[in-house]
Amino acid sequence: MEVTPLHIAFAAFSVLTLGGGFGVVTSRNLIHAALFLIVALFGVAGYLVLLEAPFLAAVQVLVYIGAIAVVVIFAVMLTRSVAGTNQVTHTNQWLLAVITAIALLVMLGFVLLNQFGTVDAPLGAVPEDSVELLGRQLVSPNAFVLPFEVASVLLLAALIGAVVVARE
Amino acid sequence: MIPLNWYLLVSAALFCTGLFGVLARRNAIAVLMSIELMLNAVNINLVAFWRYLTPGSLSGQAFAVFVFAVAAAEAAVGLALILSIYRNRQTVIAEDVDLMKW
Repeated sequence: MEVTPLHIAFAAFSVLTLGGGFGVVTSRNLIHAALFLIVALFGVAGYLVLLEAPFLAAVQVLVYIGAIAVVVIFAVMLTRSVAGTNQVTHTNQWLLAVITAIALLVMLGFVLLNQFGTVDAPLGAVPEDSVELLGRQLVSPNAFVLPFEVASVLLLAALIGAVVVARE
Repeated sequence: MIPLNWYLLVSAALFCTGLFGVLARRNAIAVLMSIELMLNAVNINLVAFWRYLTPGSLSGQAFAVFVFAVAAAEAAVGLALILSIYRNRQTVIAEDVDLMKW
């Protein structure tokens, strides 16, 4: 198989994503875990670029890295007195968790390779104006306007709920 | 081109990493971070399936947008709950919060 720049980029983003993910679940220091989370999220944004979804990649950087990761870091710092480095970070059932995760990975890998092992290239090209089409689909009565509105209500409820719950 | 199942395998690996974090981490904020990893794995899957199997319709991307929205809502409420628990009980260790455990 020929190695193209695409493959190199894919490998780099895989290292970022999986390495970052591994850091998130193993770091003793929670601040480090949050920074690893940002690395992993950047890797996922790279995948979205490779998959020709540049709008989603931008949203990934803005929403996940710009908002969620920063809020997580805030939460870590607000609970800092217990976020010290010299405490047990994993439950005593961590070995069972490793076994569960690996078993699921093997099962998923088996199914996916069996089912989609023959799809080597995309079945078609992405439409030229995919961002515009996405926007139109989100507000079109024939497509996603109802889920879109429900998502707006969900965000509003979450916003109010967060304020109410976190208030002194 | 990169075969579809490479993306699927990476996202499965990311999902399993997140699953391990959810099951094994003691700190509730770390559990939330692991959930974010799992949601991201789902997003890679949705967008990869869209790109490879149905590039003409943008449903896959629309689903990913909804996952973003739900992830943002989940992070906001989850962290608010953790802060509230921390304020009332001075702990963020998930297994210490056992008020409702019989």
